[in-house]
Amino acid sequence: MKFGIQVNEGPYNHQASDTAYQFTKAALEKGHEIFRVFFYHDGVYNGTRLGVPPQDDRNITKLWTELAAQHDLDLVVCVAAAQRRGVLDADEAKRHGKDADNIAPGFRISGLGQLIEAGIQADRLVVFGD
Amino acid sequence: MAKIKKFLYVNRKAPYGTIYALESLEVVLIGAAFEQDVSVAFVDDGVYQITKGQDTQGIGMKNFSPTYSALGDYEVTKIYVEKASLAERGLSQEDLLDLKYEDEDDDWAEKDSIRLVSRAELADIMEANDVILSF
Repeated sequence: MKFGIQVNEGPYNHQASDTAYQFTKAALEKGHEIFRVFFYHDGVYNGTRLGVPPQDDRNITKLWTELAAQHDLDLVVCVAAAQRRGVLDADEAKRHGKDADNIAPGFRISGLGQLIEAGIQADRLVVFGD
Repeated sequence: MAKIKKFLYVNRKAPYGTIYALESLEVVLIGAAFEQDVSVAFVDDGVYQITKGQDTQGIGMKNFSPTYSALGDYEVTKIYVEKASLAERGLSQEDLLDLKYEDEDDDWAEKDSIRLVSRAELADIMEANDVILSF
């Protein structure tokens, strides 16, 4: 089956991203396809590379980055939600005159159309959040 | 993009206090450009999103409720409001925005977008949709 995944909550405050990660990993291990993972609302914070969780805790962003590298996953951070919350890639930082970017490896910033497309193309869109 | 799917946006939260309502509306408006079959539902505290007379001055936030009136222009014409959620909050349809659309199949007659439904009816509507996004 082809899944689309939507993550609506940030890391650590809420289990949504952990659960989405576990679901995505399990689906891939079972041979399913993940069309895209779309990060919305505070979910965009999963895509900042500047988080430094304690060493004995999981690093959720790093887990997503590694899973993306391993399975060629498309991790998309919503541009409108990300701009509000200060998650930027180099292009966005330049466009808005900011002195730094913070997008983590394996993530890309794009529009809400990518979420709608995931709904259209996937057999199931699974939403993780509150 | 030839596939047409039935999208249902389910709004469950109050318009202010969290950003879910505002960012849900942004998805509905963007999604309208994809020419899918779109429905929007309001349940639980989500019914407050489309109450009329919202005044946000005291909380320093933008009152985005006028945007719901534009949904008809985006061809979002099926707006389901769950009756029990209204009743539980002491609300009735008179407290809601007067959301309309022009029906192109009926000589552009102006029609009501809001349809009050029971919980059971909303369950059937959910069953009949392909993609459900809940906010």
